[in-house]
Amino acid sequence: MAASALETDRLCKSFGALTVADSISFRLEPGARHALIGPNGAGKTTFVNMLTGRIPPSSGRILLGGDDITQVNQAARVRRGLGRTFQVTTLFRSLPVLDNVALGIAEREGIARRMWKPASRHHEIKDEALELLATLGLKDDARTRVQDLPYGRQRLVEIAIALGLRPKVLLLDEPAAGVPSEDSGRILEVLGSLPGDIAILIIEHDMDLVFRFANRITVLVQGQVLVEGRPDEIAADRRVRDVYLGEAHG
Amino acid sequence: MSGYTSDPRIRWTEWLPWVAAIAFFFTMPEYLALGARILIYILFALSLDLILGYAGIITLGHSAFFGLGAYTAGILSAKYGFTDPFFQLGAAAAMAALLGLATGAVILRTKALTLLMLTLAITSILYEIANQASSLTGGNDGLSGVTVAPILGLFKFDLFGRTAFLYCLVALFVGWLVVRRMIYSPFGAMLTGLRENTARMHAIGAPVYWRLVLVYAISATMAGIAGALLTQVNQFVGLNVLGLEPSGDLLVMLILGGVGRLYGAFVGPIVYLIAQDYLAKQYPEYWYLGIGVLLIVVVLFARGGILGIVDKWLQALSRLTGSARASAR
Amino acid sequence: MTSSLVSVAFHGVAYGMILYVISVGLSVTMGLMGFINLAHGVFAMAGGYVFSTVMARFGVPFPLALLIAFAAVAIASIVLERLLYSRLYTAGELAQVLFTIGLIYASVAIARMVYGTLAVPIVLPDYLKGQVRFMDRDFPTYRVFLILFSALIIMSLWFGVERTRWGAMVRAAVDNRGMAQSVGINTRLLFMTTFALGSGLAGLGGALGADILPVDWAYPFEHLAYFLIVVAVGGLGSLRGPFIAALLIGVADTACKYWVPEFGAFLVYAATVVILLWRPMGLFGVRA
Repeated sequence: MAASALETDRLCKSFGALTVADSISFRLEPGARHALIGPNGAGKTTFVNMLTGRIPPSSGRILLGGDDITQVNQAARVRRGLGRTFQVTTLFRSLPVLDNVALGIAEREGIARRMWKPASRHHEIKDEALELLATLGLKDDARTRVQDLPYGRQRLVEIAIALGLRPKVLLLDEPAAGVPSEDSGRILEVLGSLPGDIAILIIEHDMDLVFRFANRITVLVQGQVLVEGRPDEIAADRRVRDVYLGEAHG
Repeated sequence: MSGYTSDPRIRWTEWLPWVAAIAFFFTMPEYLALGARILIYILFALSLDLILGYAGIITLGHSAFFGLGAYTAGILSAKYGFTDPFFQLGAAAAMAALLGLATGAVILRTKALTLLMLTLAITSILYEIANQASSLTGGNDGLSGVTVAPILGLFKFDLFGRTAFLYCLVALFVGWLVVRRMIYSPFGAMLTGLRENTARMHAIGAPVYWRLVLVYAISATMAGIAGALLTQVNQFVGLNVLGLEPSGDLLVMLILGGVGRLYGAFVGPIVYLIAQDYLAKQYPEYWYLGIGVLLIVVVLFARGGILGIVDKWLQALSRLTGSARASAR
Repeated sequence: MTSSLVSVAFHGVAYGMILYVISVGLSVTMGLMGFINLAHGVFAMAGGYVFSTVMARFGVPFPLALLIAFAAVAIASIVLERLLYSRLYTAGELAQVLFTIGLIYASVAIARMVYGTLAVPIVLPDYLKGQVRFMDRDFPTYRVFLILFSALIIMSLWFGVERTRWGAMVRAAVDNRGMAQSVGINTRLLFMTTFALGSGLAGLGGALGADILPVDWAYPFEHLAYFLIVVAVGGLGSLRGPFIAALLIGVADTACKYWVPEFGAFLVYAATVVILLWRPMGLFGVRA
């Protein structure tokens, strides 16, 4: 069997007596379009934070491309090809959009340590950043400071930075959250046009987006995997409907 | 100012400070001692701005490196007879770099109050050592008998401070070039990112801790060189180069000029030291009161320091002339 | 040998108690408000000056003078908090550090202008002068009083924080400020009263401790490091931690000055570095 892009083996997390993640075994295939859904408080964000290395698991393993990264720190995981976007926009707000993306590319290329040649003369970095921004429709905003952009475009910059790192696995944490409906169409377009060789896991509440984007869905409830399968299977699953009774759905 | 969209070419206005310094040399020969002191503190302030204004590390202990550099130069000269100025500078730089590397590696895993405390503790430890090891450091009385051989065998340190001033000017010029290059480089862009959003830096794969240690060590080296210059110029080193006081004074100077603006490190010490030279001797109590009130006012109303205020005026001016031009059409 | 051990322990404990009474306010307000108040020593100094002045110039008796020192500093701190401190609660660490350094500079200058450069004289009432005999040894009466009275203050404080509603609110807000606000705790009022109490205690400590820590114009600078160390090593927002830290520092400093004066405060600073590296949140830290 081919190595998964990202995999967890009985991942657990407890804060004292509170178990937030209960033996989650999860598998993300290369090139996947996988969604993680669940009601509020199901433990989705904790799970993602464990995947990226922001919090350590209480037990279990995490494997990236077959390699055990459970002990590897966050920045090192990024360097190994694990990218993410944040639910709460985490950008360099007073810097231009171009710089936001360029900083990531520079890290990837190992140029960030260079102290002599001016950054703006590193044309390879700038050109790549501009190309990337163009694919996301942000080229005209390249020199605008992030804080001067409307929120919907800021969410796109989040995705741009993550893509600039050329990840093999991309975790998108509620990419459309808080985005006004006129801009979320753009985000959906962008998501649809992401390179096919990247394995993507998206955490979302917007069921419309989930069902249009994902070809595989995992449902997380109270820190446990309730069910996993194709979108039509999930939509038909009685337990999922029970869990979401009363929840907003697309 | 730094970053991938900035223009790294030196603007003509950036040559003005150097022109002014040379003019000062010729027109105010009686004040060359003060002038050299200002140049040294600008270098010291540049080193602090690198970690404070760019990397966002708040420290009360930067005097540790300044003092270590100062004492290294002094002890090498007075106790061991090494009088070549470049050797003294080199040794001071090396010692300060080592201390910066060692302490940075250890304390940069912490943050906020803990980090602040550790920086204060380290400079206090050095102060105590310098105080106690009086056979080496002269203790409370300080170390005199520091001699500096003529630079390159040609330029003797004269009584009027001419050589000293030009020596410091050259050192500052080199320091300025280095810092300026660094700020506009990818490394400088990275430092700005660190200050802006450290969480994001982790998330783009930057080894944040090691980068902080690196910039801390570089900053320490510069501060050490500044300290050595002070010893060479005064031919004396005393306890006042260590401890809370010089760190606090430097912080005030930098805030006054404007943090994170490269030239804040120029404006601050110039204004502070000239004012101090004039006022502190005549009215010492009023000096401290004035500085205290000024600091409070700056923090509450003018966080960007003098350069921040200049910036606002320039913006307002351009808006005025812009609207004037628009209405004139 | 034992005689000097007892002596060092005794004076060290007295020193430590005073350090704690002064610094506990700093620990609570830093833990509560997240505000780095380097100028805390100014309140202690002010207490010392007020105390000395009302006794020497207005002939106020000792107990009343202590009360006045406490109240005057507490009230002054409320004014400062409302006018200046409260503007900087969200301003970031650098702004707070700079602001409080400015406050130190200004206060120190005013102290020097008003009181000159000498330490203020403290005239003790007759019933606190002299020595007390205990187990074949003589102990200065005032220091014995210091230890006992500080213990009383400390126990009242701990009782107040553990048992009263106000104390519960403080503990809640230290633990989780946002949550405390959400459950309807008026954090603004809480900050103000806690800040006043902490500063008042500092003033009281400064007054009481003028015997050990002479009150002169450079007081906030001289003792800043130790106040901060007590709080950093003890742990922000904690009550017990700084108590242990203060006693350790008091005894260690006294011991060093007595037995190895060549080292000065070196050992205390070195120990601080070691402890903070081992436990960055302090020995009992609630928040770093």
